[in-house]
Amino acid sequence: MSNYITLHLKIWRQENAQAQGRFEDYTLDEVNQDMSFLEMLDVLNEKLIKEGKTPVEFDYDCREGICGSCSLVVNGRAHGPKRLTPVCELYMRNFKDGEHVTIEPWRAAAFPVIKDLVVDRSALDRIIEAGGYVSVKTGSATEANSIPVDKEKSDQAFDFATCIGCGACVAACPNSSASLFTGAKIAHLSLLPQGEPERKRRAVRMVEQMEKEGFGDCSNHAECEAVCPVGISITAIAKMRKEYMHAVFSD
Amino acid sequence: MNLESHEPSGPLKEKWTKHRNDISLVAPNNKRKYKVIVVGTGLAGASAAASLAEMGYNVQSFCIQDSARRAHSIAAQGGINAAKNYPNDGDTVWRLFYDTIKGGDYRSRESNVYRLAEIANEIIDQAVAQGVPFAREYGGLLANRSFGGAQVSRTFYARGQTGQQLLLGAYQAFMRQVDEGKIEYFPRHEMLDLVVHDGKARGIITRDLVSGEINRYKGDAVLLATGGYGNSFYLSTNAKNSNVTAAWRCHKRGAFFANPCYVQIHPTCIPVSGDYQSKLTLMSESLRNDGRVWVPKKKGDDRHPNDIPEDERDYYLERKYPSFGNLVPRDVASRNAKLVTDDGRGVGETGKAVYLDFRDAIERDGKETIEAKYGNLFEMYQNITNDDPYKQPMRIFPAVHYTMGGLWVDYNLMSNLPGLFVLGEANFSDHGANRLGASALMQGLADGYFVIPYTLGNYLADAELPDVDLKDDVFDEAADNAQQHIDKLLNVKGDKTVIEFHRELGKIMWDKVGIARNEEGLKQAMKEIEELRDEFWERVRVPGDATNYNKYLEFAGRVADFLELAELMARDALDRDESAGCHLRTEHETEEGEALRNDEDYSYVSAWEFKGIEEELEHELHKENLEFEFVELKQRSYK
Repeated sequence: MSNYITLHLKIWRQENAQAQGRFEDYTLDEVNQDMSFLEMLDVLNEKLIKEGKTPVEFDYDCREGICGSCSLVVNGRAHGPKRLTPVCELYMRNFKDGEHVTIEPWRAAAFPVIKDLVVDRSALDRIIEAGGYVSVKTGSATEANSIPVDKEKSDQAFDFATCIGCGACVAACPNSSASLFTGAKIAHLSLLPQGEPERKRRAVRMVEQMEKEGFGDCSNHAECEAVCPVGISITAIAKMRKEYMHAVFSD
Repeated sequence: MNLESHEPSGPLKEKWTKHRNDISLVAPNNKRKYKVIVVGTGLAGASAAASLAEMGYNVQSFCIQDSARRAHSIAAQGGINAAKNYPNDGDTVWRLFYDTIKGGDYRSRESNVYRLAEIANEIIDQAVAQGVPFAREYGGLLANRSFGGAQVSRTFYARGQTGQQLLLGAYQAFMRQVDEGKIEYFPRHEMLDLVVHDGKARGIITRDLVSGEINRYKGDAVLLATGGYGNSFYLSTNAKNSNVTAAWRCHKRGAFFANPCYVQIHPTCIPVSGDYQSKLTLMSESLRNDGRVWVPKKKGDDRHPNDIPEDERDYYLERKYPSFGNLVPRDVASRNAKLVTDDGRGVGETGKAVYLDFRDAIERDGKETIEAKYGNLFEMYQNITNDDPYKQPMRIFPAVHYTMGGLWVDYNLMSNLPGLFVLGEANFSDHGANRLGASALMQGLADGYFVIPYTLGNYLADAELPDVDLKDDVFDEAADNAQQHIDKLLNVKGDKTVIEFHRELGKIMWDKVGIARNEEGLKQAMKEIEELRDEFWERVRVPGDATNYNKYLEFAGRVADFLELAELMARDALDRDESAGCHLRTEHETEEGEALRNDEDYSYVSAWEFKGIEEELEHELHKENLEFEFVELKQRSYK
């Protein structure tokens, strides 16, 4: 049976990238604990619209943890209190009656705020653009089973490939580094024979693009791994460094 | 109007080869003279944009998400079919074709479906070459599993995230072309109108979702890969932003909408729990490989499922369909879930659920094996419902998942409007009245990687395409039209929210245009939708303004379009006075409650032409008769 709680929300409001942002307080009664966190915000917005106020903007799409759109810092933690859970899959049963909840956008120089809790993450696209692919034109592939791949390696590659590109790693990092995101793609492709021919070029171009976008360096805090909703291991970053060093120093 | 499918003649197995031999080509150095607009970046859109750019065309690509990688294909869980026959279980291209056309209850084109089955193998090759990490055996080769509607194992998968991995493969190929300068990329842009010049699609009008600006783009062809319209039901497994707007606005410009009543209701979703609910979550069909579906034999049995003894359980799918058992096609499984819950044997708080039980599979294979196969799905279920599916059965119920209908296209994927091509879920072409599991990924990628690269060239090579100017009257008119629609939405200043209207529409659709339909209900639905639409334009309240990021304004435009499309869906369901696949008219059932087709009168594709909108929607029905040269039409049986 459903339980209802009251929440005191403190939400970041910001008109656009240029405007000065501020926190605003809202109290929401009768929050059903079977609701998801985003449904709770839907309810708040319905209330604000009815009162003639401006609703809170936040990004979302699939609401089942795979598209990577949702991007909220809840009580200081990217995606909120539950490990391995993006905020769209966070349920209100993880909160207590009368709790104060602070909601902020991803904060990083490379992610300018668009409005309220919505940020511009196109820098992540540009990192992939720099080399996060295998250059294989449509039609030129060989028969699928002509490339056997060691199952263990394939499974490892998969673990890195599950990155949903949400950017929580950047939001959690004290340096706003995108190393976990970048490392995950480099690790995925470098573990597979298909990724072999472009290994060096890929590592160099992606790492350099990451720097160009204004993301910081990694200093091994591992905050990224702690908030990653799909559990990408920080070994991705070790792998990225190794690939980069190998590319730069070997010939 | 004569609907020409432009299918090539000759034996089924040679049609596609013959077509490729016969169609016109654009020479490599001429491709760079053409600009192609691609709307949508899911499997179909991203694969088309990447492939066309690789060939040398200049591509402009638009999506509503903040990144191409977030298109809703990302959420597909189960897998992708191909008749590689790696398991050596007798699969062939013919069988894949036959299962797909039979699964669609013989309401699709033979030639299209055969081509799809033929191309499927190449898709697997392409994806593997891109580094898509499909499941593998210890020997390092690819693994397969079985899916509904087939008696062979032909589904390739990447855990429960096959859509994600395939989309990332296509997205990465796409981003490579962005880097090459061959794709100009516009995320957070929504297409609001199609520009038709001299009878041909020559451009689009978009809204920049960040700045609110209305922009104009011109091209030599427009490719629509904008997905399906399942969100007309409000609650569905679709992503929240999935919508029909781009397709509907093309429809209002003259593109025919085909088979709008064919909506797939997926049998294995997490049941609805409350009014606040914003979407439904799918539990992959792959679970039916090991899970057993049942309800109590006794009505209103409210014991805990684990306390109900074996002989008091009704494994109704296994009982009724011994040869396919729990792996019957989706429409059959959904309909049976409705039958048992209507019979008062549903379970859970609302009584609108059935059990999907893994007890026997865990006993047989061990918890570890089941966890390796379905771990992420079990976790997702537990997170949402707070119940542990390792210890008690899941509760599941059907939910709207996919729409087989869409804009009408010919064999070349071109709509009746020259220059407007429609790919993936947005078109109607390959799934008939019911789509089999693991066929959507196959179709989206077939269209994008391996069909449109040939058929687009054929059009461009032969079409006369004089230069158009963004200042031409047709662009002015379309841009004004888009702007006026937005102003109108903002100026109602009523007292009811967009979500309230959407939820009400969803209820009408689910109750009267859902799993089972009848004449009376459909007529009533059309009337109620009209009334709701009138009320929308009198009472809707859209907050904010049009000059910056405004999610509720986006939604308002989409719901306004759903309020029109929904009426056409009901009308199409009313016109189709037979049952076929997912479209069950209660007037036409076999004694066992299966869909009873009427091939004599309804073996056609309904293609609706928009004729205006006053009180009600005006449409004219055109029919494309389906000819079956190679398969024999039978009553589907999965017994």
